[in-house]
Amino acid sequence: MPTRRRALLILAALAGLSQLSIALALMVGSIPISPLDVLATLVDNGGGVAGEVVRSLRLPRALTGFACGGLLALAGALLQVLLRNPLADPYVLGISGGAGIGALLAIILGLGVAGVNGLAFTGALGAMLLVFGLAHGEGGWTHSRLLLTGVIVAAGCGAVVTLMLAVAPEDRLRGMLFWLMGDLSQTGDPQLVLILLALVLLVSLPFARELNLLARGADVAQALGVAVRPLRRGVYLVASLATAAAVTHAGAIGFIGLIVPHLVRLATGNDQRLLLPASVLAGGSLLVIADTLARTMLAPQQLPVGVLTALIGVPVFLFLLSRGAPCRG
Amino acid sequence: MDHTTPLLTTRGLRVGIADRTFCRDLELRLQAGESLAILGRNGAGKSTLLSVLAGLREAQAGEVLIDGATYARLGARRSARVRGWLPQSRSEAFSSTVLETALVGRHPHLARWDWESEGDARKARQALAAVGLAELAQRDVQTLSGGERQRLAIATLLTQAPRLYLLDEPLAHLDLNHQIATLELFAALGRERQIASVMVLHEPGLAARFCSRALLLFDDGTTQQGSCDEVISTASLSRLYGYPLREVGDGAQRWFMPA
Repeated sequence: MPTRRRALLILAALAGLSQLSIALALMVGSIPISPLDVLATLVDNGGGVAGEVVRSLRLPRALTGFACGGLLALAGALLQVLLRNPLADPYVLGISGGAGIGALLAIILGLGVAGVNGLAFTGALGAMLLVFGLAHGEGGWTHSRLLLTGVIVAAGCGAVVTLMLAVAPEDRLRGMLFWLMGDLSQTGDPQLVLILLALVLLVSLPFARELNLLARGADVAQALGVAVRPLRRGVYLVASLATAAAVTHAGAIGFIGLIVPHLVRLATGNDQRLLLPASVLAGGSLLVIADTLARTMLAPQQLPVGVLTALIGVPVFLFLLSRGAPCRG
Repeated sequence: MDHTTPLLTTRGLRVGIADRTFCRDLELRLQAGESLAILGRNGAGKSTLLSVLAGLREAQAGEVLIDGATYARLGARRSARVRGWLPQSRSEAFSSTVLETALVGRHPHLARWDWESEGDARKARQALAAVGLAELAQRDVQTLSGGERQRLAIATLLTQAPRLYLLDEPLAHLDLNHQIATLELFAALGRERQIASVMVLHEPGLAARFCSRALLLFDDGTTQQGSCDEVISTASLSRLYGYPLREVGDGAQRWFMPA
């Protein structure tokens, strides 16, 4: 069990990593900018073209990426506890599927970024309410029932998404595919999503020790003094909203929500008081780094960042699985 | 003794699942220092009754009071400082060490932002020592054997340090040595710390030896309770288990064998 001191040290190290990843994102690109110049453009708003690039292109994109990565990792960590399954990820309950239907519909209809975001969020909420309503039958929900309902709703959404891709006009297909793979190139103001990330973390942290108990089973947690029913609903709601916000801003970026909590758990243990904030920092950093790679590797061609997180995520995950440590179904 | 509040009281309690009733109009009163054995066949509703007594499941009728108050009135946290519950089986989805697992028992004693202190860790280590797991403190729980897991669950309960212990098959998976050690542990807690315990047992001889009272749950939904001397007899047990039993004993201890 980590002590508070050890937890703070680990978090401080991860915060340093986050800053490095954002600094890297600000420096690297079609116009390389030195660290000192980056600092100068941020401090005194100067720097000409370089300053414009940093302030209005790279910084909003990096911050949005960080916030989305953090939200996805946090949602993944929460859902892994809620479903008592280390293999759960934020999309397992169909939220990204719902968002996908909304976003693709908006793209087919030719709506702008605001329309895409609005419909994606509506779709995410719709899927979330549907799963919650269906899983919450008589006698409350068990985690296996919730998981099954989510998986089935996600499969249904996947079918609708495929159908939309099949009937969509050619010129819209590229945008639709990028959205589905996760893409940060269309980001706007990062303020909202950063505030959301802070809010979600602030709401979750006070319940972190209760989540430790919930991970050991609902009855055990209840017997040890956790009000399980409201806690489970709260976790579901918070994780869903976090996922919806991230998916709305950046599309269905995969693997962050699965891999990051897993890696952090392997490195520091399964104490949510440390795991939740550490996942936020690590998830944010990972997505910022992946996005920086996505826009520079084949520049000027931009890759959807979801491809990179998956390319990084799949081998890491297979490696973890083959080590066979804590991944029991 | 009659002036003190009983640690466990039930009034007009009816417990069942769907249209099956396991017991009705059950009136229990358990004082500090007392221990009650619940005996019955498989599926007679022992575990269901115990989880109702633990406040984890709603009764069909009647009420359960711990230390004179309902679970609803106490809330989950304060309830957990009064009663502890040992589940019949548990599974660990995530790995953690034995010591971390025992430490979760401190949860109801810690404020929201508290971290487990050195004092809490000491209590957990004492509890592990009491069940003979001190050497395994840093082992991963997922590598433990069934009996070791059972003893760890008991240690977690000891770390919780409630006054009322509700034990669902505390002897499951334990070898003979640890069965007796476990029962002696709870008997000593009853004598020295005035805890009360309710335990589901399958061995009437051990119930008669270690518990002051017994509750028999018959298949037809009727119950019989009283001191072990009155309730545990060849006649009642033969009816309870639906198989003729024979009593053997040496005057101090009584054992019941299939006839």
